[in-house]
Amino acid sequence: MSNQASPISEDDVRHVAKLARLTLTDEQAHHFTDQLGAVLGYIAQLGEVDIDGVEPLAHPLDLTNVFRDDAEQPGDDRDAMLANAPDRQDAFFKVPKVLGDGGGA
Amino acid sequence: MTLDPTTTDMVGLRDSIASKQVSATEATRTYLDRIAAHNDGLGAYLEVHDERALQRAADVDSGKITGELAGVPIAVKDLFCTSYGHTTASSRMLEHYRSPFTATAVQRLEDAGAVILGKTSMDEFAMGSSCETCFRGGAKNPWDTTRVPGGSSGGSAAAVAADLCAAALGSDTGGSIRQPAALTGTVGLKPTYGRISRYGMVAFASSLDQCGPFARSVRDAALLLRIMAGKDPMDGTTAPIVVEPDLADVDQPVESLRIGIAKQYILEGANDPAVQQAVDNAVKFYESHGATVVEVDLPHTRYGIPVYYVVATAECSSNLARYDGVHFGHRTGEPVNDIVELFSKSRAEGFGDEVKRRVMLGTYALSSGYYDAYYNRALKVRRRIKQDFDDAFLQCDAILCPTTTAPAFKIGEKSDDPLSMYLNDVYTVNANLAGIAGVSLPAGTTEVDGKQLPIGIQLLGDAFAEAKLLRIARLYEEGHAHSALRPSI
Repeated sequence: MSNQASPISEDDVRHVAKLARLTLTDEQAHHFTDQLGAVLGYIAQLGEVDIDGVEPLAHPLDLTNVFRDDAEQPGDDRDAMLANAPDRQDAFFKVPKVLGDGGGA
Repeated sequence: MTLDPTTTDMVGLRDSIASKQVSATEATRTYLDRIAAHNDGLGAYLEVHDERALQRAADVDSGKITGELAGVPIAVKDLFCTSYGHTTASSRMLEHYRSPFTATAVQRLEDAGAVILGKTSMDEFAMGSSCETCFRGGAKNPWDTTRVPGGSSGGSAAAVAADLCAAALGSDTGGSIRQPAALTGTVGLKPTYGRISRYGMVAFASSLDQCGPFARSVRDAALLLRIMAGKDPMDGTTAPIVVEPDLADVDQPVESLRIGIAKQYILEGANDPAVQQAVDNAVKFYESHGATVVEVDLPHTRYGIPVYYVVATAECSSNLARYDGVHFGHRTGEPVNDIVELFSKSRAEGFGDEVKRRVMLGTYALSSGYYDAYYNRALKVRRRIKQDFDDAFLQCDAILCPTTTAPAFKIGEKSDDPLSMYLNDVYTVNANLAGIAGVSLPAGTTEVDGKQLPIGIQLLGDAFAEAKLLRIARLYEEGHAHSALRPSI
């Protein structure tokens, strides 16, 4: 499938990858454009279905507002929860320095 | 008595242990020995918990652990969190992850006395139909190791098929229990959505994911269902209904049985002749046992795959947003300039290609300007699919159809063609979209390239009607010798 005929362009794929927080190589961007284009082309057949007046079905069970009792319960153990952190300091998740010297985000 | 795992089902083994013909330790050792001998070739297990399993077995033998599954060795898909060993979802992202808690489904099996042998291989984050998208290793089909065992729960299917456990847990989001069950000659049950807690199951698509068993027999699957089913305070989407006490009584007759068949499940030229023959023979079998066969219409069947690849990817793009390289999971070792780069590089390194494709597809379908065209439209067609089933189940007790169009395909045959891989689920996804139950049953074998390969048939049942569905399945099983067939490994 050429990119011209594809429902999604390589620029679209790069944009979506950015939204999804995925770094792509040029080769991946190119390859994924063809593959995602083929899948989106297949999905396009949903346009044939008469959906006038049909309510969307987001979930198979008709459940709303599932509450538990408002009672105190033991919480998760902090150290156990932090044990899988790639990096930590004391009771905190630690990330590399992400602001430049000028500060401001 | 020495134990031969290839001639018993789980309930039979359970009874042998309970009557002390076999000790739990002997049973556990027998399976561990088989794993040691065959797992290198089959890749069914990612991790085996020998010591813990033998300790639990000893506790069963000393009477410290009791229960309906006392001493029964069971394997668990590596999608279920366990507070021992690793839980990786076959992803580099979770390569070193050790869960602080245990999934409710696994806990309920252990509370009933089960001995968990280890964690089984799967497609990464349960995204795949071949067990080829694993970060490390990949299970093979015990009937022909050049072929896939199906997926995503391929390791659990292979482990049961090769008698490397008495039963196994899997998860089914679009067919990930039933398709591998069909390809390996095992019984695979996808219960109704909300039957079994999803707490502690690594999330893929939360409105579709459902835990279920792989088993040697229908009664095994039914017993495992009854033990795992029911409301869990840790999962607000478990159905608030009481588990029927007779849910596992599969030998009860079904009165005035009506079997539904749908022309939409006989895709023009798509079904392998042996698959079609198996379904046709099953229809005749039920007729000869007094069932009425009724034709039902499921006109929106063909839209299942496109709906699924919008809904499942949309939900996965949201669920997998939690993997950020900060709280748990893989973090890039490369230098980064800002926090977004930390996220983006960590995710790019931690996820495989299929996961990336699905996350991007879902992000696209939910993004501004495309939401109505893709996601909202897909949800409306999803309701059409559910309405089809609601109408059909007014006319029949179960729908009989193939599980897959063909027996197991070759490793590598479809691995870089996502669309062709997605079409594997053509007969299974609709049950997930509608939230109903489905079971795949062994239906004999067919010879391909000099090897016998299993074929499965599928029975679909209405939501929360598993008791009836499994009785109907048991009727077929009882009339055939298919469940006794084993691969030579």
